[in-house]
Amino acid sequence: MESGIFHTTYEKDMALRRTPVMRWRIILALTAVLIFPFLADGYQLTLANQIGIAAIGAIGLNILTGFTGQISLGQGAFMAVGAYSAGLLMTRMGLPWWLTIPIACVITAVVGALFGIPSLRLKGLYLAIATLAAQQIIEWLITHWTGLTGGVEALVLPSPKLFGIRLNTDFNFYWVILLFLIITIIFAVNLFRTKIGRAFIAIRDQDIAAEVMGVNIFRYKLLAFATSSFFVGLSGALLAHYRGIVNYERFTIETSIFYLAVVIIGGLGSVSGSIYGAIFMTLLPAVLTNIGRALGDTMPGLAGVLPFVQQAVFGITIILFLVFEPEGIAKIWRDIKDYFRLWPFSY
Amino acid sequence: MARGFSHVLNSSPLQPGDLQLEIDNVFLAFGGVQALSGVSLEVKQSEIAAIIGPNGAGKTSLLNCVSGLYHPQEGSIQFYNGRPHTLTSLKPYEIAKLGIARSFQNIELFKHMSVLDNLMLGRHVHLKSNIFWGGLYWGRAQREEVENRKFLEDIIDLLEIEAIRKQAVGTLSYGLQKRVELGRALAIQPSLLILDEPMAGMNSEEKEDMARFILDVNEEHGVTIIIIEHDMGVVMDISDHIAVLDFGVKIGDGTPDEVQRDPAVVKAYLGEEHGTL
Repeated sequence: MESGIFHTTYEKDMALRRTPVMRWRIILALTAVLIFPFLADGYQLTLANQIGIAAIGAIGLNILTGFTGQISLGQGAFMAVGAYSAGLLMTRMGLPWWLTIPIACVITAVVGALFGIPSLRLKGLYLAIATLAAQQIIEWLITHWTGLTGGVEALVLPSPKLFGIRLNTDFNFYWVILLFLIITIIFAVNLFRTKIGRAFIAIRDQDIAAEVMGVNIFRYKLLAFATSSFFVGLSGALLAHYRGIVNYERFTIETSIFYLAVVIIGGLGSVSGSIYGAIFMTLLPAVLTNIGRALGDTMPGLAGVLPFVQQAVFGITIILFLVFEPEGIAKIWRDIKDYFRLWPFSY
Repeated sequence: MARGFSHVLNSSPLQPGDLQLEIDNVFLAFGGVQALSGVSLEVKQSEIAAIIGPNGAGKTSLLNCVSGLYHPQEGSIQFYNGRPHTLTSLKPYEIAKLGIARSFQNIELFKHMSVLDNLMLGRHVHLKSNIFWGGLYWGRAQREEVENRKFLEDIIDLLEIEAIRKQAVGTLSYGLQKRVELGRALAIQPSLLILDEPMAGMNSEEKEDMARFILDVNEEHGVTIIIIEHDMGVVMDISDHIAVLDFGVKIGDGTPDEVQRDPAVVKAYLGEEHGTL
């Protein structure tokens, strides 16, 4: 399907969508997400919104862990910084909701860069422990700095409104999330075909060679932490406005691990993989719950053990992925595309 | 077929024969192990200088001092490009900005990136776009990518790696990876090119190709080259000047002829029984 396409300029050869097939795929995907909310019911829209927010957070984490190779266990805490910043800016300072989002992103970026400082000296598992410290410190600050955050009490946000329309309904907020998701995708994809993103990948693959070729490792690691946290903060801020309520329990170490699972299952170092992972990890529990409910009617004894079965299936799925496709869903999709590249004459 | 090199590859402003690199009385120790003891070496613009010696003699350690990866406890390393720079007080990425490029003994490419991206990373110090324009791939960021791609195409032509330019480096054969690593070092527009065993593990045909590329870079573009190599045939053929290290001490220095006749060098490295090559 790709043969017979020749590029005559470097601009065209370096474009993201180089073939008609690629362009059609994007048009198809865009059409699908634009039509979806008109066909879906409330429950499906809720799931779609969760996927969108998770995808933005996963792209953020993937920039740091997948592309730059810096393992982070502080994802939950950085999301909390984004969510609380947005919430507090709105409730305490009375800023309009749309303005709180970019400010929350910047605040999270600064906090992320601050906790990225140990990455100068620490690598791999040691860095993971340092980011775990970030998670614990931020969680502790949120629950104990009662004067600022309200402590363990939930922070309630007023509804975001645009031209008098309440936005935090499932249908309306879908468009807000979609807009930010598209911006995030475009930014991330372009980042990794220009100077800064290439330096990130170089640091992951071979940091000494990168430094000898002129990359200031420390500066770029901090930049990776800041860029990553910027988008993680975005997903936190969106979550705050969507739910209308911010509670520290949503941003514990479990959230950090959930997101690590998302990027590993989706595909480390892949922007599209982050989205596949978000879809998979959000839908899997929902599908398991629905199956359980359906079976519960016919097999009443199942209801009691259902939560455990769900947990087990969830865990087994992750293990199977790690064993059979460690490069994630993105790799499976790539293999399918490779198969059809020369189709139907693939010899 | 080849369309000729249309860019300037050599970024050094010096005239051939000018003093370019001056290593003076360098001492380097790791704990109790003395890796280098009072090594001095001068490299002149546009020459090929070889460093030879048995394994563990301190050859790579010396070059790591030049790249800024190691910091010697004593001695100085001066680099001249119109004005002097003290390399011992600079960081590796600052040294790269002076145009000092290198390849590694064990290939250290970015193996998940394509050949083009590896070469483009070599252009890092010449790229100016910031994170916002990069994220938008707009204006300057895009123009810059395309302009630098043209420079890379010259290098791809020179090294004859047209067919693999979009392949991931990790999937390439060893010989090709060595070639890509040379390409990445050339992409920086080197004023001084350091090659650490560029022909290790190659068959004779690949060695011949690599020697040809090295001579092209030196003769046609005037790039100064420091090379570590164990293949004496190649070293004696291509270098202008050879330094011999043994146990961290320089035991010989001179033209290939002088070094081959030096009894100390013969005893330590070339082998007593053969005497000549």
